Amino acid sequence: MEETIRFKLNSEEVELVTDPNRILLWVLRDHFGLTGTKFGCGIGFCGACTMLIDNEPVRSCMMPVSEVAGKSVITIEGLEQDGRLHPIQQAFIDHDALQCGFCTSGMIMTAVGILGQNPAPTREDIISGLEDNLCRCGAHTRIIDAVQDAAEKIKGGEKK
Amino acid sequence: MKREKLTESAERAGTGMKRRNFFKILGGGIVLLFNPFSFGSLLALPAEQRRTLTKDYNAFLHIAEDGTVTCFTGKIEMGQGIVTSLLQMMAEELNVPLAKMKIVMGDTELCPWDAGTWGSLTIRAFGPAMRAAAAEARAVLVQMASARLGVPVGQIQVKDGIVADVRDASNSVTYGELAKGKKLEKYLDVKPQVEDHTQFTIVGKSLMRSDAYDKVTGRAKYTGDLKLPGMLHARILRPPSHGATLVSADLSAAEAIEGVRAVRDGDFIAVLSEERDLVDLAVVRIDAQYSYDEMKVSDETVFDYINKGEYRVNVVRSAGDTETAPPICDKLFEQEYHDPYLAHAPIETHTALARFEGDKLTVWASTQSPFGLQDSLVREFGMPLEKVRVITPFVGGGFGGKSPHRQGVEAAKLARITGRPVMVAWTRDEEFFYDTFHPASVVKVKSGIDSEGKILLWDYHVYLAGTRGADAIYDVPNQRITSYSEERDKYPVHPFGTGAWRAPNNNTNTFARETQIDIMAASAGIDPLEFRLKNLKDEKMIGVLKAVADKFGYVPGKTPSGRGIGISCGTDAGTWVAHMAEVKVSERTGRVKVLRLVCAQDMGLCVNPQGALLQMEGCLTMGLGYTLTEEVKYDGGNIRDRNFDSYQIPRFSWLPKLECVIMDRKDQPPQGGGEPAIIGVGAAVGNAIFDATGARLFRVPFTPERVLNEIKQAQGTN
Repeated sequence: MEETIRFKLNSEEVELVTDPNRILLWVLRDHFGLTGTKFGCGIGFCGACTMLIDNEPVRSCMMPVSEVAGKSVITIEGLEQDGRLHPIQQAFIDHDALQCGFCTSGMIMTAVGILGQNPAPTREDIISGLEDNLCRCGAHTRIIDAVQDAAEKIKGGEKK
Repeated sequence: MKREKLTESAERAGTGMKRRNFFKILGGGIVLLFNPFSFGSLLALPAEQRRTLTKDYNAFLHIAEDGTVTCFTGKIEMGQGIVTSLLQMMAEELNVPLAKMKIVMGDTELCPWDAGTWGSLTIRAFGPAMRAAAAEARAVLVQMASARLGVPVGQIQVKDGIVADVRDASNSVTYGELAKGKKLEKYLDVKPQVEDHTQFTIVGKSLMRSDAYDKVTGRAKYTGDLKLPGMLHARILRPPSHGATLVSADLSAAEAIEGVRAVRDGDFIAVLSEERDLVDLAVVRIDAQYSYDEMKVSDETVFDYINKGEYRVNVVRSAGDTETAPPICDKLFEQEYHDPYLAHAPIETHTALARFEGDKLTVWASTQSPFGLQDSLVREFGMPLEKVRVITPFVGGGFGGKSPHRQGVEAAKLARITGRPVMVAWTRDEEFFYDTFHPASVVKVKSGIDSEGKILLWDYHVYLAGTRGADAIYDVPNQRITSYSEERDKYPVHPFGTGAWRAPNNNTNTFARETQIDIMAASAGIDPLEFRLKNLKDEKMIGVLKAVADKFGYVPGKTPSGRGIGISCGTDAGTWVAHMAEVKVSERTGRVKVLRLVCAQDMGLCVNPQGALLQMEGCLTMGLGYTLTEEVKYDGGNIRDRNFDSYQIPRFSWLPKLECVIMDRKDQPPQGGGEPAIIGVGAAVGNAIFDATGARLFRVPFTPERVLNEIKQAQGTN
């Protein structure tokens, strides 16, 4: 019943012997101790559990771990590069784009996915990209501002 | 009797391990302990809400050898930002840079007792005590420095944690140096003088969230992120509905899963495993049978049901004569307003981790009430208070819903049964099922005006929503406010738990009052802002109304003007607030799009304007949910909304431009900021819908179906 599953986790090759039907979110939280990704609704509706799989934002709360075999998984813990925050993380700080912080990882991972597909999104693109991520504290307008700001900074950085 | 018990428990608490263990946990330094009797604001709490008015001292502040100042508070951080603003107040009084300050929150062993984090009370009621403690601490440190530097106290100044001789700056000592090599406890009783507001250098400054870095990197620890050696995850068997009783349960299929164990204590049944997803699988394999004894009421019938009830009646306020007033009125208005059950729906569900070590119990919990949970655990297990410790990590949203703390007791019960640390993290389904909803409620208003548009009569009846925000606020000679509350033994209304939502029932009262005012203004043919100003004497209310109109760029006009602009005002948590909304209504679909939401608030001294702004924006956003979609659907004890697929909370595309004004009132005491800006959203949007379409909404939320229905009715009567 158990299988060996290999995948790339935050740029490192990892291997795990487990029931392939186990849920990715809980495997990452319990087995790898990556607790930055949160459980919110359990049915893929709120986005708190969003992570990147092969650079696509994906909800991990219903996904079997076998799905990521041979793929690359990036969680909120894997965004920093050489001790430097990802521009979207920095923009969330600069814009106070969070309150309780529980939806924040999912918001940031979704935003990274949005900018990966469209480096110059309009405000409407950002809104529609984040539409299915829920925030109860009401940080929405600041999150939109933060993502827009980050997109501009990333673009500016590339030009240099 | 109750008093005595309180005192007894207080004395037990007083000699706790707090003092003995303080230095063990903190290392050396100076600990400043205060007698809670010094703080009038704590004494002002109702008797049933306070526990340890102990004769003992509670620690508020620790000065470490490296100069770090740690503040201890029983309050918790759930997103509202007091982690920043409390430190701001303390740093101001201590003359310490913010970077040198730390905060420990919601740990019952280290922090002074606190009733709970709710009611927008932290800054207005607790803040002064914290500031006073900090001011007194500064006085003590200055005295110590005076002795050390050989300089009289009057000749000393403090800046950035450095105490220096004003005549010779090189003759100085830091707070850290004063604390070095010490294990000093200072007991303070005197009510100190706090800094004059004109001297503020830190308070009143806009500061960004101090917890943002931890939260954007995933480092911030919430209860569910903790892990202890040998820890088990648990899922508890839940009844399908409130009022259902367990008849039988077969656990064999659940236990058959490798790595899962099941436990049972009467009706309390749980499955546990080291793997969270295994208990999710196991719990659905329990074959449980129930008998049902449910109330016959649903979200559709509840208002009729409420109207047929018998209640405890309380006339809250009465002036003039509401009985003889009607004949002198030129026009009379009689309306009924309906409010549904509302869920708190924080993104983090109720979570707790419990561990027994010998005779000592520690529970980490996602709670707004760590000391309340401690009391519940003491009652549940008959343990001495000092053997029960509750620690509150970051809380992922509360909004009033995390004052109840059932999950903490559940985790502790399972830890006791299994002898292992146990994590109980509710599913979204459990979160909805055991939520203590904002209660469904009815408001009936009879009011009247003279030919000039002066309000002469205000007869207000509020059912089940209580009196927060129920005041008439307008200058009305004949008024009566009557509150009707549930008597469960005579006429039970709620089949499930109800409790405090954000600005608990002020939403209900402000929606009803401000809609009624708007109806009268329209009927009198007077601009709704002018109508309000004409009937108000309250200068602060007039101030926020003018401020909101100014920010909006409001051009007066009689309603319905077709423009889609609505206005409202009210007070909550000591704060005055006014709203203006602009909407677009599709007369084809009934869909309402809010285009602008402007809010002005007078909250006295604003400690951290940036933090207050975040709270206002949060209130306005949550208010959109209250206004447009949120409503718990149920049949008797069966709650039909169990997740975000059907219970709709605000989304990105709903957000209009949010524009907030905070009045500059540094000379006034600080007031509440976490709730006021939500109260007027319903009425402002409802009044804007009327202004756009001529259709009047009497029931929140304003779903497209209801809006369409009212538009058709309005057109039919025209």
